[in-house]
Amino acid sequence: MLTAESLKKIEHEVAKYPAEQKRSAVMSALAIAQDEKGWLANETMDFIAHYLGMPPIAVYEVATFYNMYDLKPVGKYKVTVCTNLPCALSGGNDAAAHLKQKLGIGFNQTTPDGSFTLKEGECLGACGDAPVMLVNNKRMCSFMSNDKIDQLLEDLSK
Amino acid sequence: MTNIEIDGKQVSVAPGATLMDAATQLGIYIPYFCYHKKLSIAANCRMCLVQIEKAPKPMPACSTPAVEGMKVSTHSAMAIASQKGQMEFLLINHPLDCPICDQGGECQLQDLSVGYGASSSRYTEPKRVVANKNLGPLISTDMTRCILCTRCVRFGQEIAGIMELGMAGRGEHAEILTFVGNSVDSELSGNMIDLCPVGALVSKPFRYSARTWELSRRRSISPHCGLGSNLVVQIKQNRVMRVLPRESEEINECWISDKDRFSYEGLNSEERLTTPMIKRDGKWQECDWQTALEFVATGLKATKENHGAQSIGALASPHSTLEELYLLQKMVRAMGSGNVDHRLRQSDFRADGQLQGAPWLGMKIAEISQLKSALVIGSTLRKDHPLIAQRLRQAVKQGGELNLINPFGDDLLTEVANHAVVAPDAIATILAQVLRSAAELKDVEIPDTVKKTVVTDTARAIAVSLIDNKPAAIFLGNLAQHQPQYADIHLLAQHIARITEASFGVLGEAANSVGAYLVGAVPGIDTVGLINGSHKVGMGGRNASQMLGLSDTPAADQCRSYLLMNLEPELDSYNPQQAMKALQGADLVVMMSAYKKNATSIDYADVLLPIAPFTETSGTFINTEGRAQSFNGVVAPLGEARPAWKVLRVLGNLMQLSGFDYETPEQVRAEIFPTDRDITSHLNNSLDNLAIGEPALASSGLQRIGEVPIYQADPIVRRAESLQRTHDAAAPSAWMSGILLDKLGVTAGDTVRVKQGDGEVQITAARDDKLPNNCVRVASAHPLTAALGGMFGEIMVERL
Ligand code: SF4
Ligand code: FES
Ligand code: FES
Repeated sequence: MLTAESLKKIEHEVAKYPAEQKRSAVMSALAIAQDEKGWLANETMDFIAHYLGMPPIAVYEVATFYNMYDLKPVGKYKVTVCTNLPCALSGGNDAAAHLKQKLGIGFNQTTPDGSFTLKEGECLGACGDAPVMLVNNKRMCSFMSNDKIDQLLEDLSK
Repeated sequence: MTNIEIDGKQVSVAPGATLMDAATQLGIYIPYFCYHKKLSIAANCRMCLVQIEKAPKPMPACSTPAVEGMKVSTHSAMAIASQKGQMEFLLINHPLDCPICDQGGECQLQDLSVGYGASSSRYTEPKRVVANKNLGPLISTDMTRCILCTRCVRFGQEIAGIMELGMAGRGEHAEILTFVGNSVDSELSGNMIDLCPVGALVSKPFRYSARTWELSRRRSISPHCGLGSNLVVQIKQNRVMRVLPRESEEINECWISDKDRFSYEGLNSEERLTTPMIKRDGKWQECDWQTALEFVATGLKATKENHGAQSIGALASPHSTLEELYLLQKMVRAMGSGNVDHRLRQSDFRADGQLQGAPWLGMKIAEISQLKSALVIGSTLRKDHPLIAQRLRQAVKQGGELNLINPFGDDLLTEVANHAVVAPDAIATILAQVLRSAAELKDVEIPDTVKKTVVTDTARAIAVSLIDNKPAAIFLGNLAQHQPQYADIHLLAQHIARITEASFGVLGEAANSVGAYLVGAVPGIDTVGLINGSHKVGMGGRNASQMLGLSDTPAADQCRSYLLMNLEPELDSYNPQQAMKALQGADLVVMMSAYKKNATSIDYADVLLPIAPFTETSGTFINTEGRAQSFNGVVAPLGEARPAWKVLRVLGNLMQLSGFDYETPEQVRAEIFPTDRDITSHLNNSLDNLAIGEPALASSGLQRIGEVPIYQADPIVRRAESLQRTHDAAAPSAWMSGILLDKLGVTAGDTVRVKQGDGEVQITAARDDKLPNNCVRVASAHPLTAALGGMFGEIMVERL
C-alpha cells in the first residue's frame, strides 16, 4: 500500500508514543500517506487504521476534521487561502477572488490541466501577514498582494 | 467524602463524583442529552449548565467534579437562562418534524423543549440538512435530527467494543456516519436506538407502525438466551409491536441484545401455527383441539400397550417455560416412561448421574464485571451470550485478564490475555495442560494421566492468570457443552477451578437451561421436580441422543412415539440427520409448536398442536445464575394456539393421569416451588466420581466446528425477518484456513461439497486463517446445512 520509505517514516512517528497508544501517530501517518499518494483514498485510510490498530471510522474522523487532509484527488499544486476573520479584514477575500479569476476555478476545484487546486483554509496562525496562503500544505506565502500572487502562479507553472 | 450544596440542600458525595451525580443523589433534576450513566463523559451538548457560586460562567454539571464547599444552583436565573439558551442553539438546526418522527412522544429533545424551549423560533436562516445513512436492516436514520451528542459513538467504543459510528467533519459540517457506508453490525446495535435522545436513530422494523402513546407496555422476560434479560413488550391491538429493555442492573443493566430486541418479528410470522392439525393419509388437515388431543391420547396409549411405556419419549426445547417442562416430564413419567430431555444439542452424556445439581453460572451475573481473571472454554461468546461478553469487556477494561480456549480465533472486541486456538477434540488436551501447570504451581497432587501431558506456554500462562488474579472464574461455553468430550472438559475444568480457587460456571445456553434441570426435564436426575413430585424418584430413562438414535446407540433404544415441545428437530438437535431418521421411523410424532413450516414439509410429524410463545402464556424462566423470573402473557394467543401448560393439563386428564387438575399456572408453579424451597441449594456444577481418563487421541481427519449461528438459535428468532437480513445471518460457508484450502485445492469463494454421514450439502468455501488446519467451520442449526450430521466430528470437503 505505502512505500517502504513512508512506512519507515510512520514507524518513526509511532516510536514517539507508548506502544499501547500508537494510534496517537494517526495525524502524522495520514500526512505521510498523503505526501506519498497525493490524497487520502478510503483504502489508504483503511490501511492506516489497520496499521495503527484502530477502527477505520476513527481515522476517518481525524481525516475529515482537519482540512489539510485531502479526501479527493487534488492538482499538482494545492493553494489554500485563509479567509478567516482577521485575514478577511486585511484582504484575504480579495486575494481569493484574484486567485479564482486568474485560475478560472472556484474553491474546491481543480484547473482542467490538473495543475492547481484552490482551497479555502482556516487561520494559518499568521494573521499579521495577511493575506496568507499555503502551497501544498508546506510552503507558506505571506503578504500576498495580487502581484505576488501572479508571480507565485507563474513560478509554479514553470 | 466531598460536601457540597445544591439548590440549598446539603449532600456529600464520593471524591471524584460530578455535580450530576450529586444532583441525582439528591433527586434534583438537571436537563441533559449527552450524559449517560453507563457512558464516558463527553460534555458536548451543554444542556446541563448550572451556576456555581464564585464561578464567572455557567458550568456543565455532567463533567464538573464536586469540590468541597461548592454551592450550586440548578434553577437560578443564570442557570435557567443558560439552559434555555442552549436549547435554542440545539433547535436551530433541528428540523422540528415531530409529527412524522417515530421518536415523538418518547423524545428527550421534545420533552426538554417543552420545559426549556421558546414557543417559536427566532432563527429564520436556512437549516442544515444531513443525508441519511443506511446502517443496515435494524437501524433507520434521520440524520438531520441528530444533535451530535455522540452517545451512539461512545456506546460503540465503550460497550459494544467496536467503534462503527463516528463523527466526521467539523462544526456545522459534522455528521454521524460509518466508514464508507458500512452497516452497523454489532450484536448490541439496537441499544443505540434507545440511547439516541432524538429521532436520528430509530428502529427500522418498527418504523411508522405505531405512535408510542398508542402502545401499552407490559413486562416480560427474554426467552432467547440464558441471561433472562428483563423486557418491556409494547402492544397495539393484541399485537407485539416493539420490545425494549427494562432496566435490571443485576442482569442486563439497561441493555438488551439485538436478538432480544428484534426477535418479536418472529411472533407475528406468517408461519405461526394457529390451528391443530392431523396428518391423515399423508395429508395435513386442520381439526379442533378435542380431535387432536384425543388423537394424541389414543396414539400414546397404543404405543404404551403395544411397545411398553419406555417407547414413549419427550424432547423439549430449553427455551420452554418451567411450567411447560415440569408438566411434560410429569406427564411422561406418569405414563411410566423416564425418557425426557431438553439437552437437544448435547452429545456427551457420560456425566449424567455424576452431576451434583443443576449446572449454572457458578456466580452472580453482575459479578462477571468484577472478575480479574476469566477462562472461557468453547464459546462463540459474543454471539451466544452478547451481554455476558459485554460484562467481560468491562472486566477487562478494569484490569481483568480474559483467557480463551476455543476452536477459532473470533474477535471478542476486547483485549485477550491468552488465547489457545485448538481443534475441538484438543480442547480437553489443553485443559489437561492447564491443570498440570496449575497443580505444579500450587503443589497439588494430580492423577498420573495428567502428569504426562506436555505443558505449552499458553496453557501455563492461563494457569498463572487464574492463580494470580482474584476473583477468577472458569466458564464452559455452548460449544464445549455440545462437544463429544464434554464430560472430560467439564471434569478437567472443575479440577482447574478447584486448584486455582476460581469460580466454576456453565454458561446457560437457553432461557431455561437451569430450570429444565431443576424440574427434572432430564432422564434419571434427582432434582427438584423429582424430589417432591408424585412420581418415582430416580426413574431411569433415555437421554436426547439415545432417543434420537445417535449412531452409536442400538436401534432398540429408539422410541416409537415422540412428544416434541417447542423445537424443530431438523435444526435443534446435535445430529439432524440421525434425528430425522429416528422421527421418520416412529409410529407417532406429536409436535407442540408455535410454528409450522409449510405444513407439508413436516413429514415426520403426525399431529401439530399450536402452542403459545412466551408473549402469549404466563411462565417462568430460571436464568443462568439461578434466578427465577415469572412473567405473564402480554397478548392473547393467536388463533387457536393455547399455552402449552394448558395443553399438557388437558392431555394429562384425557389420559386419566392423576395430578393434572391445575386451574392456573400459579398452581403449577406452587407445586414446583413450595415456598420453603431454596433454588440455590440445587445449583451445583460438580461431578462426582468421574476419573480423568487418558486424553483422547486426536483424530486424523477433518473435524467440523458446528456452532449455532446467533439468529438461528430458537424457532422465534429464525423467523425474525430483519435479523435474518443482518450480516450475522449470512448463509453458512465452509470456513477453512488458507493452508487447508490449498491442501484441498480449493479457493475461497468456490462452491464445495461438504459431506457427513450419508448427507451432503454444497456451500461456499471461505477463508479464515485463525482456524486450526484440521477444522472446517460449518454452522449447524441452519436449513442449508441441516442435511449434515453431528455438530462436531468427522467431515469431508471436496471440490466440485
Ligand atoms: S445519532 Fe443520536 S445518539 Fe448519535 S450523536 Fe446523533 S443524536 Fe446523539
Ligand atoms: S485568520 Fe488568516 S492566518 Fe489567522
Ligand atoms: S449533559 Fe452535560 S454537556 Fe451534555
